[in-house]
Amino acid sequence: MAEKKELQSILATDCGSTTTKAILIEKQGDTYRLVVRGEAPTTVEAPFEDVTKGVLNAIMEVEELAGRKLLDGDKIIVPQEGDTGVDAYLSTSSAGGGLQMMVTGVVKSMTGESAERAALGAGAIVMDIVASNDKRLPHEKIRRIRDLRPDMILLSGGIDGGTKTHVVELAEIIAAADPKPRLGSSYDLPVIYAGNKDAIPEIKERLEEKSSLVVSENIRPTMERENLMPARHKIHDLFMEHVMAQAPGYKKLMSWTSAPIMPTPAAVGNIIQTIAKQENIQVVGVDIGGATTDVFSVFQDVFNRTVSANLGMSYSVSNVLAEAGLPSVLRWVPIDIDKMELRNRIKNKMIRPTTIPQTLEELVIEQAISREALRLAFEQHKALAVGLKGVQQERTISDTFDQSSSGETLIDLMKLDLLVGSGGVLSHAPRRIQTVAMLLDAFLPEGITQLAVDSIFMMPQLGVLAQVDERAATDVFVKDCLIRLGTAVAPVGKAKEGSVALTGTIQLPSGTETVHMTHGSMKLIPLAVGETAQASLVPQGKLDLGSGPGKGVNVTLTGGIGGIVLDCRGRRPFEIPEDATSRVRKLTEWAEALGLYPNTEAVPV
Amino acid sequence: MAHAYTPGLKVTPRTRIVKERRLPLKGDVVVKKGDVVEGEAVVARTELPGNVQPVKAASILGIHQEDLEEYMLKKPGDAVAKDEIIATAKSFFGLFKSHVKSPVDGSLESLSTVTGQLILREPPIPVEVHAYFDGTVTEILPEEGVVMEAVGAFIQGIFGVGGETNGEIIMAASSPEDEVTAATLRPEHKGKVVVGGSRVHLDAIEAARKVGAKAIVVGGIDDSDLKEILGYDLGVAITGHEQLGVTVVVTEGFGRMNMAQRTFDLFGSFEGKRASVNGATQIRAGVMRPEVIIPTETQLSDVREEAGEVEGLSVGTPIRAIRTPYFGLLGEVVSLPPELQKLESEATVRVLKVRFQDGSEATLPRANVEMIES
Repeated sequence: MAEKKELQSILATDCGSTTTKAILIEKQGDTYRLVVRGEAPTTVEAPFEDVTKGVLNAIMEVEELAGRKLLDGDKIIVPQEGDTGVDAYLSTSSAGGGLQMMVTGVVKSMTGESAERAALGAGAIVMDIVASNDKRLPHEKIRRIRDLRPDMILLSGGIDGGTKTHVVELAEIIAAADPKPRLGSSYDLPVIYAGNKDAIPEIKERLEEKSSLVVSENIRPTMERENLMPARHKIHDLFMEHVMAQAPGYKKLMSWTSAPIMPTPAAVGNIIQTIAKQENIQVVGVDIGGATTDVFSVFQDVFNRTVSANLGMSYSVSNVLAEAGLPSVLRWVPIDIDKMELRNRIKNKMIRPTTIPQTLEELVIEQAISREALRLAFEQHKALAVGLKGVQQERTISDTFDQSSSGETLIDLMKLDLLVGSGGVLSHAPRRIQTVAMLLDAFLPEGITQLAVDSIFMMPQLGVLAQVDERAATDVFVKDCLIRLGTAVAPVGKAKEGSVALTGTIQLPSGTETVHMTHGSMKLIPLAVGETAQASLVPQGKLDLGSGPGKGVNVTLTGGIGGIVLDCRGRRPFEIPEDATSRVRKLTEWAEALGLYPNTEAVPV
Repeated sequence: MAHAYTPGLKVTPRTRIVKERRLPLKGDVVVKKGDVVEGEAVVARTELPGNVQPVKAASILGIHQEDLEEYMLKKPGDAVAKDEIIATAKSFFGLFKSHVKSPVDGSLESLSTVTGQLILREPPIPVEVHAYFDGTVTEILPEEGVVMEAVGAFIQGIFGVGGETNGEIIMAASSPEDEVTAATLRPEHKGKVVVGGSRVHLDAIEAARKVGAKAIVVGGIDDSDLKEILGYDLGVAITGHEQLGVTVVVTEGFGRMNMAQRTFDLFGSFEGKRASVNGATQIRAGVMRPEVIIPTETQLSDVREEAGEVEGLSVGTPIRAIRTPYFGLLGEVVSLPPELQKLESEATVRVLKVRFQDGSEATLPRANVEMIES
């Protein structure tokens, strides 16, 4: 094999549903660094219907900012020669709503859930799980499949050697529905069969002519064993070959890239796992986009990903309102706003999804909605990340029956070490402390938790880069991507408003800070990026910081752009006053404590 | 130079309109290539398989599933009537009889000796595809449908609810500022596509249903009214399947929004002409906006194809602001400063300077304007 040339420069784009983001990475001395980034609206939709136009626009911005020639007309110059071109071009994509799949299983909580995990882990949105026991009548299932028009179907069901009837019935339902793919009707819908291997001939007989059928290994060869990777690989292959190739302009884009285009969530998942592995910590990551919100977690070395298909900040913004309800959104708005006006504004954002908040009031509203989108997405994650061990996991029979209904969530907020945010509303918040506040309010981390944000929303690009050059990805990730926001200290438990909640001392580089916090209050203590502080903290009464109720902790707190946030608003329960006047007063008090908005008092109340 | 702007909606008095009209399943195409047809005309038809009803026959009869066939009075393919006994079993030496009755009119599709289930299918559901607009059949898609073409006006809205419909255009507003209220709707609006000004109210939509108007096209609607009309809070903008009795197309957005003068004038110039309206909206991949088609020439003639490449924003480009605090205002680009600027929200973005129609000027993020296209 020829010796692999060391990459000197890499250009990577992420084609989101709203914006296409490009970054330029160069080798500087011994290390890789981010040079510049550019962005442009995604151009998958009419009148352009060609994703490469948005990609080129974003790259042109990179060219302008870097003062370097990267394009020769409509072509990316690869490899780099002198000061022109780059050594590699990579891309991820979630444009057009990402990869939308439907999965099937015989028993919803068994093969159905395995299929769901296989699809989610591959970066897909699972539109529906059709199972033999899902209580819908066959004609309802058929209509549902027809209406959904997924990009791909993962057909699973049955263990090897088990009964074939049900999985064959599922194939018959799919055949009867004869679904047409979402993007273009010139090709057959990809169907991956990953069920009982004994049923392969019957499945072929029913689906080979009606779909683009691909057979993979059974995702659940036995009751106690899951085998998700072969199906995931097939999903990725078909995503490239069929789905992406049909999306406007993707054939061209695929011909440009030095490695296969990855679904954005799969790329972000890569990077989150890298952080957890390198630092040996428990991590939760979130990527909030225009259409969807992804949550990733690594607890006890188990990686989980969920995607909330209809929670997002542009295309899905109205659904956040529909799912959370107006009162839930309003509880984060520190101004008294006309409800009808708020509803209209949110709908207008839905129909004009690429617009951005110009006024402070608009920003406050958008960040309020984001808190609810994040909160709901995290709730869904906690519900799905239950006792699952992912790939090739051996279970006892009792585990198998437990996993869905009684399986405990793996997410333990008290054990969480690092919470990473990503996605426009978190990464582009005008003040980083606003990101801290959104993460705290939505996730309600407990005890001691470090917070970070993907500074310029490049986790997707670094995730795909990690596949090609892990070192380059890691270098940029550590030095340029992950911005440390600081550490949250949040005692858990119920106490009386105004009672003493937390006492102790923090040894800051500038001197000793005495802590005396009352329940219901917040405080920001500056501690810069790279700095640490020894803290000796005692939660009062029944409050708990991780060592038990009322037990003190001695910890090292890590600094960040925000600093140390003492969050004594309480957990379990976390409460915000319901009447408008008290709510606005309390939110304003917290906003002032953190310095959330310019001249916080000036926000019209 | 990198362009950052939102393309606008199409509002044009004369263009070539081409639409595929497909059946959901294979069927028969009932027109020929070259036929000139009206919007209501059926161009293809088929029958959707009837709904399926499973019946747990073996458990009803208290028998083993593998013995099911012995107890059947009907065999697969046989017609069955609702409440007809289709299987029967005797037990306790003939003392007790148990029956399985058909829950539907239809036929026995299959029986399973594995699950003990019967599958009964209701009669097929006829499905017809209409031409949608007056035009010429220019292509036959064998067993699937046709391609329809016409020349005429084409107006895209920003959001709509309700499906395809046809009717004559009638103006119900004298200016784009006029609101559509219940009092606006009169008996002469029956069967018509009613064009209003700035906003339609809930009671007006109810009145439109009562008088039998086919569609309402208007600048804006309050979200709270939309929720009432739909009966639920719309989460994701995928519409068109609603059975509302009237199709609603909104041209500007939510709230009180004056219809763009140009759009309003265009409708005015076509008053009395037949229009085809579809409220279906999908703001996602394969974006779909609601539309009004007003065919003027069903026989095809040459239409100058539009410039293929969409130009970016430049000084003088007519634009519409599409976000608070200037939402709905029209103006033109005065300058496009290349450097990033800080907004009141403290976000630092690319901006442009706009002169609005009243002569006032403002700086807006480039993302918050759309070009007005013709």
